Amino acid sequence: MSRFTPKVVTANALREGDVVYLTTDDRWSRYHHEAELIEDEAHAQMRLLHAAAQRQVVVGAYLADAKAGPKGPEPTHFREEFRTRGPSNYTHGKQTDLPNV
Amino acid sequence: MYNYNDFDDAFVRARVAQFSDQVARRLDGSLTEDEFRPLRLMNGLYLQLHAYMLRVAIPYGTLNPRQMRQLAMIADTWDKGYGHFTTRQNIQFNWPKLPEVPAILSALADVEMHAIQTSGNCVRNVTADHFAGAAADEIEDPRPYAELLRQWSTDHPEFQFLPRKFKIAITGSPNDRAVTAAHDIGLRMTRQNGEPGFEVLVGGGLGRTPFIAHKVRDFLPVPDLLPYVEAVLSVYNTLGRRDNKYKARIKITVHETGKAEITRMIEERFLEIRPLFAGHDQDLLNDIRTAFAEPTYRDAPTTSHDAFYKADPIFRAWADTNLAEHRNPQYAIVTVSLKAPGETPGDATSAQMRLIADLAEQYGHSDLRISHEQNVILAHVHKSDLPSVHAALKQAGLACANIGLLSDIIACPGMDYCSLATARAIPVAQELALHFDALKLEHDIGPLKIKISGCINACGHHHVGHIGILGLDRAGVENYQITLGGDATETAAIGDKTGPGFAYTEIVPAIERILLTYLDMREGPQEIFLETYRRVGFAPFKTALYGAEGGRDAA
Ligand code: HEM
Ligand code: SF4
Repeated sequence: MSRFTPKVVTANALREGDVVYLTTDDRWSRYHHEAELIEDEAHAQMRLLHAAAQRQVVVGAYLADAKAGPKGPEPTHFREEFRTRGPSNYTHGKQTDLPNV
Repeated sequence: MYNYNDFDDAFVRARVAQFSDQVARRLDGSLTEDEFRPLRLMNGLYLQLHAYMLRVAIPYGTLNPRQMRQLAMIADTWDKGYGHFTTRQNIQFNWPKLPEVPAILSALADVEMHAIQTSGNCVRNVTADHFAGAAADEIEDPRPYAELLRQWSTDHPEFQFLPRKFKIAITGSPNDRAVTAAHDIGLRMTRQNGEPGFEVLVGGGLGRTPFIAHKVRDFLPVPDLLPYVEAVLSVYNTLGRRDNKYKARIKITVHETGKAEITRMIEERFLEIRPLFAGHDQDLLNDIRTAFAEPTYRDAPTTSHDAFYKADPIFRAWADTNLAEHRNPQYAIVTVSLKAPGETPGDATSAQMRLIADLAEQYGHSDLRISHEQNVILAHVHKSDLPSVHAALKQAGLACANIGLLSDIIACPGMDYCSLATARAIPVAQELALHFDALKLEHDIGPLKIKISGCINACGHHHVGHIGILGLDRAGVENYQITLGGDATETAAIGDKTGPGFAYTEIVPAIERILLTYLDMREGPQEIFLETYRRVGFAPFKTALYGAEGGRDAA
């Protein structure tokens, strides 16, 4: 079996549209580093199904590549990095709405 | 301007009620996202990277001050105090929350606005020359025709599920400021034996396969407009490639069918449809025309302006770049730049919107426009009022004298907002503008169109920029591809790709090399970048970009 790139489950919150991440204890966190880092392909599919079933909470759940970091999972692609913060032209979104982003 | 009649008002209100119910059913779980998505898109509501986005139509770019103030109110109440004006003469709110969208739509309906058909495979907001009804070079105001097309296409039962989106642009002037050649249908007003009519272009488009439109009719008499446009849509609706999203636009249909054959099919269908239009459309058109009557111009001396122009160099610099010739010689068309270096192209704060609304009311016959170049226009300002207008704009940070120059950049939202993006566009525009502002080279370089898109969809019109910049994702890193020699006017052309792209940190230096080469090679300041490029060709710019070796080491 080819090497599986670790993943997190991410989506947008249905009501606010905020970027959210699925945690090990089945919460949706606004913080990427609180996400569950999934290292196994079959488990990733299970978690994605679990996420997709929460249709009153989130929209458009998908698996995004991630890697382990000192505080928890970190994004590997710049798109996912932007999603953790918000836009670069204004300090809008998570970079001001959440502490420590 | 056109005011809603009872039918329009009832239609828009009914749609708001319908959508409010759909949102409620989505929130309580009765509708799945798969069911809800097409419904929200029909009402202009997207889900982007960080939030929802609501796209509101500004029909043919025309707004009155009351509407502008309502947009400001919406920005303050339900968004983050600003809005983004787009190349399609829409405004996008980047931060609405789903439960609040019905209230926003209701507030829009209060001022005769909506978000209907700003998404989906239907006829989108009809765009027009932003100087319509004011420009000195105009044959006729194209907006009554745009309004006729809007009424005809809104909720048209046959054209709600076209193979793909459909965009119509119209200009009343031979100097094409509406990019008609890059639209599914482009209409250019012209005259034959003194009678006004349209030159009809079909099958233009940008995106992943850019095409300049074909001319299918040299002259279409005014009464034939609706049946002819309907014939084009009808042929497209039948032939369009519903099997493949990337081949579904009419530009591909025209390309695959052949110009002669598609023209024949359109004319054949037109003959079938024409008798069905018994003249009601012309009655309607006449009613609409009265709504676009010329303002009652003030007749007053302009000598105070002329003296001020001579005396004040800052005013003069602004007047030289930001004013356009009005058909009434006592008047001018003012373009308010939303492109101050470092700012986001096309963004206006609620305070700026209110100020512009006040100026339009006080000095501009209450007529505002949004240009596809993402600026705001005061269409009719008496010259004696220009110093006051300039002073007020200056206080609000809106008096940047850069229209048509390097920093007057079109940029799409790119990866700062758009979920389809492959790279950022806005910060590239900001850095280019700041860099050349610091060098004080912009006025020396002269007229220049830089257009930036954050992915191949080309919402930022990069193909038709004198310099186009396309942001791509190359192996997980932002990379910017340059095109040169594009043209968005009546001499429309798609730019030439230069070669390998440039990293985010290299794109500004690359553009600088292109422009220094231009300054070096031009025959004089009167030869603009595009003309030099056309005269000397690609080779010197290629050397400037990639060295004499020709690009082997680049990016
Ligand atoms: C949520 C944001 C947006 C999405 C999802 C989106 C999507 C797209 C797509 C998929 C295309 C390619 C269509 C095709 O080739 O068939 C396109 C083209 C285009 N869009 Fe957007 N767009 C967005 C924002 C914008 C904005 C902000 C503007 C104006 C600044 C804009 C104006 C255009 C224009 C002018 C084109 C190219 C003309 C054409 O061939 O249709 N779009 N857009
Ligand atoms: S060009 Fe691409 S990145 Fe830019 S707005 Fe259009 S779809 Fe989004």
